Amino acid sequence: MRKNILQYLENTIKTCPNKIAYMDPDTSLTFEQIYNYSRAVASAILAEGFTKEPVVVFMKKCPEQIAAFYAAIYAGCPYVPIDEEMPKMRIERIFETLQPRVMICDDTTEKLAQDLGFKGQIFMWNDASNKAVDEVKLSAVRASQIDTDPVYIMYTSGSTGIPKGVAVCHRSLIDYIESFCEVMRFDEDTIFGNQTPLYFDASLKDVYPTIKCGCTTVIIPKQLFMFPMKLVDFLDEYKINTVCWVVTALTMISAFKVLDKKVPAYLKLIGFGGEVFPVKQFNRWKKALPEARFINLYGPTEGTGVAMWYEADREFADDEKIPLGQAFDNVEILLIDEEDKLSDEGEICIRGTAVSLGYYNDFGRTSENFVQNPLNKLYPEIIYRTGDLAKRREDGLLEFVSRKDYQIKHMGHRVELGEIEANVNAQKGVINSCAVYLREKDRIELYYTGDIDEKSLGDLLKESLPRYMVPTKITKLDAMPLTNNGKIDRKLLTAKGE
Amino acid sequence: MEELLEILRDLHSDVDYDTCETLVDDRIIDSFDIISIVAEVDDRLDVSIPAEEIIPENFNSAKALWALIERLEND
Repeated sequence: MRKNILQYLENTIKTCPNKIAYMDPDTSLTFEQIYNYSRAVASAILAEGFTKEPVVVFMKKCPEQIAAFYAAIYAGCPYVPIDEEMPKMRIERIFETLQPRVMICDDTTEKLAQDLGFKGQIFMWNDASNKAVDEVKLSAVRASQIDTDPVYIMYTSGSTGIPKGVAVCHRSLIDYIESFCEVMRFDEDTIFGNQTPLYFDASLKDVYPTIKCGCTTVIIPKQLFMFPMKLVDFLDEYKINTVCWVVTALTMISAFKVLDKKVPAYLKLIGFGGEVFPVKQFNRWKKALPEARFINLYGPTEGTGVAMWYEADREFADDEKIPLGQAFDNVEILLIDEEDKLSDEGEICIRGTAVSLGYYNDFGRTSENFVQNPLNKLYPEIIYRTGDLAKRREDGLLEFVSRKDYQIKHMGHRVELGEIEANVNAQKGVINSCAVYLREKDRIELYYTGDIDEKSLGDLLKESLPRYMVPTKITKLDAMPLTNNGKIDRKLLTAKGE
Repeated sequence: MEELLEILRDLHSDVDYDTCETLVDDRIIDSFDIISIVAEVDDRLDVSIPAEEIIPENFNSAKALWALIERLEND
């Protein structure tokens, strides 16, 4: 019975131990190396008495970071990826709910970890991965693990200003890997070009099929996403045939008309998600790569990454939308209206094994979105309410309509405008603020009242918010415009920027 | 040049664009900024920067970027 995601790795080392699993331009790790190193690090963690508690993986993005995820799982612990570029204040807020006692670091992050005032135990990857493997302890851990144990906790934007840690169990992740691989038809010849950060659940699309299929993931240096021609050169150099990218990364190439000059020679499978693909940009891709398969992937972190898919197998008219499509195997999508009834237009609710465990150490916010299925009054059944509104088309496929709240997708990242405002309002000298999203320009702008100047506020925000959440433009107002019922007039402020 | 500096200052008000020659190398600007710069240069200066010119050398300093814009204008 498959009940632990490490079984994929253990199967694959039997067939192709010496094949490269993960690589970047500097290093690479084979499946066997990953198996050996991760078990050594797990043994070191277990030797200190830690198990069944979160392990923070705070390393620069590299093959070893992925191996460190497996190390945590071998120690019976969920891993929590933290990015070296995350601002210190955000990490501190994450640690307030996580209360971690164990961290895996590398040379680039050791000092940063100390600056955080982390009081727990740090395991250095290079030392711990050379420690002896403790077979007895590892077997004991495995025997005690069940498939409803959390495998990772990934943090996502929270409207109160405190990020939410989505905990996902082995069973949900196995379900995800199985149905996702079936739709995408990955095999041992797949070569992924990884774009998404590893602290972001979109990266599951590369990381896990790699150990299931015995294929290879090439981590693309982040810098290349600034230079589209060089990015295409890189795809060719590493013979990358499969990408699962956020839409922004794909439009970066097509909007600069790179495809007129050079088309990635090996690319034949493109998964895209994170936001709506503008039809004009999609058509440029489809035209440049008519033989390739393009799959729209939809799903929130709380629903274990992917919930719906659609194969976009033709060009689309300018006024058409690329549908979200249909549910993955073993997932049901319910559209629920404001009266909690099933409808052809309503909130996307996810039902099934894909529904994650909830927000770590936060029963309050978990109970807001993870709720009893309103259509079922007979036994406990938790569904996840996504906050995304969709409608069912005549052909039965679902199409995205809008958000119910102030959550936006910016550059592929999920952002709560409320989290930005909570951070602004926490600054000394700010009275009130309003963050708006300009869809056309894909920009976040901020309006505020108070006696701090715009530049100082901008500098402070860079210390507390991740880069993709810092407003592009900050404007000080004498007074906030209000609606008739006394709320900040968001519509007016949004219109002002457009 | 003044217009370009304005575009750049809008993105990062804390950078000294007169002296900095490592905008890309020191990760001061990122892909968000590159997209904004190319769009703003097109909008405000009416110069469109083709893909093959979007390379680190042209974006490492305000001076290099200005040289590129002038070269494209004269083409």
